[in-house]
Amino acid sequence: MGITVVEVTKKFGDFVALDDVSVAIPEGSLTALLGPSGSGKSTLLRVIAGLEEPDNGQVLLGDDDVTHRPARARGVGMVFQHYAAFKHMTVWENVAFGLKVRKRPKGEIQNRVHELLELVQLEGLAKRYPAQLSGGQRQRMALARALAVDPEVLLLDEPFGALDARVRKELRAWLRRLHDEVHVTTIIVTHDQEEAMEVAGQIVVINQGRVEQVGTPRELYESPANEFVMSFVGPVNKIGETFIRPSDISLSLEPDGESTEVMVERVVHLGFEVRAELVRDDGQHLLAQLTQEEAQSLELERGLIVYAKPNRQTVFTR
Amino acid sequence: MATSAAVPVSRPGAVANRAGGALLRGIAIGYLSLIVLVPLAALVWSSRSQGAGSFWEEVTKPEALSALKLTLGVSLIVAAFNALTGTAIAWVLVRDSFPGKGFVNGVIDLPFALPTVVAGLVLLELYGPNSPFGVDLAFQRAGLVLALLFVTLPFVVRAVQPVLLELDREMEEAAESLGAARFAVFRRIVFPNLLPAILSGVALAFARAVGEFGSVVLISGNIPFKTEVSSVYIAGQVESDNPAGAAAVSVVLLLISLGVLLLIGAFRHWRTRHDR
Amino acid sequence: MIGRYALRFGALGYLAFLLLLPVGLVFYRTFEHGFRPAWDAVTSPEALHALWLTLLIAAIAVPLNTLFGVVLAIALVRHRFPGRGLVNAVVDLPLALSPVVVGLSLYLLYGTGGWLGGLAGHGIKILFALPGMILATIFVSLPFVVREVVPVLREIGTDQEQAAETLGAAPFTTFRRITLPAIRWAVCYGVVLTTARAIGEFGAVSIVSGRIEGKTETLPLYVQSQFEGFNTTGAFAACVVLALIALTTVVAMRMFRPKEEAG
Repeated sequence: MGITVVEVTKKFGDFVALDDVSVAIPEGSLTALLGPSGSGKSTLLRVIAGLEEPDNGQVLLGDDDVTHRPARARGVGMVFQHYAAFKHMTVWENVAFGLKVRKRPKGEIQNRVHELLELVQLEGLAKRYPAQLSGGQRQRMALARALAVDPEVLLLDEPFGALDARVRKELRAWLRRLHDEVHVTTIIVTHDQEEAMEVAGQIVVINQGRVEQVGTPRELYESPANEFVMSFVGPVNKIGETFIRPSDISLSLEPDGESTEVMVERVVHLGFEVRAELVRDDGQHLLAQLTQEEAQSLELERGLIVYAKPNRQTVFTR
Repeated sequence: MATSAAVPVSRPGAVANRAGGALLRGIAIGYLSLIVLVPLAALVWSSRSQGAGSFWEEVTKPEALSALKLTLGVSLIVAAFNALTGTAIAWVLVRDSFPGKGFVNGVIDLPFALPTVVAGLVLLELYGPNSPFGVDLAFQRAGLVLALLFVTLPFVVRAVQPVLLELDREMEEAAESLGAARFAVFRRIVFPNLLPAILSGVALAFARAVGEFGSVVLISGNIPFKTEVSSVYIAGQVESDNPAGAAAVSVVLLLISLGVLLLIGAFRHWRTRHDR
Repeated sequence: MIGRYALRFGALGYLAFLLLLPVGLVFYRTFEHGFRPAWDAVTSPEALHALWLTLLIAAIAVPLNTLFGVVLAIALVRHRFPGRGLVNAVVDLPLALSPVVVGLSLYLLYGTGGWLGGLAGHGIKILFALPGMILATIFVSLPFVVREVVPVLREIGTDQEQAAETLGAAPFTTFRRITLPAIRWAVCYGVVLTTARAIGEFGAVSIVSGRIEGKTETLPLYVQSQFEGFNTTGAFAACVVLALIALTTVVAMRMFRPKEEAG
């Protein structure tokens, strides 16, 4: 079912965590709440989960106003950054927990837990304790646990934040595949724009308790609503009031009327792409992004003088 | 592979330094032995000096037995009661907030800081013949229990507090999001994680209650077969010039103390089993 | 929500009843007949001597237990040696052992017929004299510094000490400049606990001292003898002094308490 947040405000003492936030999450979607630390994204997730109550506004699950309903009565599944594994229970008992609390019959629990452990590829580890699992395995267990009670909504609070880079990438792809299979309305909170762009179908960018923009990854990248979104969602060159993406700078060895002379300070080879750190006469620094071939054809190296021209630039009207 | 060098020498003087460390360690262990081990060894020796038969005789004397039964019984009751009240107090101190909480937290240390004889005298005044409340618990088992409750108060509280503080709140939130009601969260998530700490605190409280002397010697009246605990019995035997009898019962108390320490070690081992 | 208030008031009520009431009473009873009688009682020669004796014993026992406590803690955490488990258990023993048993074991060791009973014959009086009382006090207050320092040593690990060694510091320098500052507050807290225990000791000292009035009576023993002699004002006045020391202890504990235990 879809989720609707209507004009929610949440304060902690003097600190305004959420300021009149309204968001619509389509049913069956995988939406990311993206923002820097302290932006309010986790608070928003917890308000949707029912772990925090908003000061104003409403939360609707489908057509149901659940604003004042406690977490246990909302039918949400939640996954936490640090796993929140029940460390005194085995993997099997962890996953079975929600079903046991609902007093489901033993047979049903057996089947469901087995099914889920297979889904998350942890079948052999059912009798182990969380402390004996790796971070990635613990998080998969947490997911299985949340899915066990057939939640209407799946909420993930920076689920991969505590894992190392390689495992993070694996789990992102894995989550995407899982969502394709299971189709539960899913919200993932993250501060990592790459993660949001890779995983989500829709991204809600949040900053200082307010929604900056809602859109697909492509919309956000190509048509950012404001400076914050543009800088947050990808690298950007800011020159005065003008913003230029590094990939929108083209370099050539010959000047033409509109291009600017710059010197190459540093060339960084990242395998598939090359980044060039450039400096203009007046000391302004620029970052350009080129393909391998482009860099090679220019014979790009430190100290080289080239001419830079933006293919595209953005100015935001206030 | 060369096996001659037992101690890897990292630089000149390293061996001398290790020897110095060993010497210091040796002196400290010598200190420990002189202060604790040698006297206790003398105790054990004295208790068997008249032979095993005499030991058994002393321990099974009616008065001694009665004292021991009373001691163990009362200590168990007090320890169990502390399991409940100690956990409740720790919970209130960690999870609740109210003005003066810091003060209350400090007050828990009072039974440790206050000399036992002062506690005994004061309890006697409050609940004995001069009681402003009109009760008279002196010379009764109730008075005994009261004194023991006073001195054992901090143990369970202080054992549970740090564990409760460290407890991952997200575990409780996860349980809640999975549909568990408040009490179910406590029963299935919080309590199992607190249990080893509670038991450690209970064990310490029990040991303290078994050995307690200063606070009970005034309020209980030390009536043999009624309110005389083992520690008082031992002191009495010393005064009656029966050191063998005193030694025999003391060895029993020593064994109980050792048993409790072993138990606490086991609880600690059990508590950390999920972290390994 | 009612549950929370019920729990809070239940717990606080229990504490007030069990702890605050008695302590309040001490002050009340002492000054019941006015300040003067209490003051006279507390400044009588026997009382002053008892206080002095108590403080003297603590002044000897506490530094010794602190010094050896730190050494033992380092040995237990940083060194491996045979019998380490045994040492650990022995250090903890005074916490679980009845003070009367402690007193008796010293009585048997140093008394006539005991292994060290011969000392008395050479003019070294242990029992019924200061040395015995000091030994008893050291015994019962032994564990505290060790137990406070051990977890801190374990937690900080050897990284800093090893860094100091690679920079050329000799072991004692490392100890003085790296280890000691790291355990400083744990030692303070341990000292507070040790002192409180030493001052408050009753059962063990009672047996080894013979409770000779004016000679081997500490302040806690003085409380008892005054009470048994029906001099309640004197007994309570001494209680007030001890209670004031206890309150200071509680405040000091609060100040130095390691953060893991803080509520």
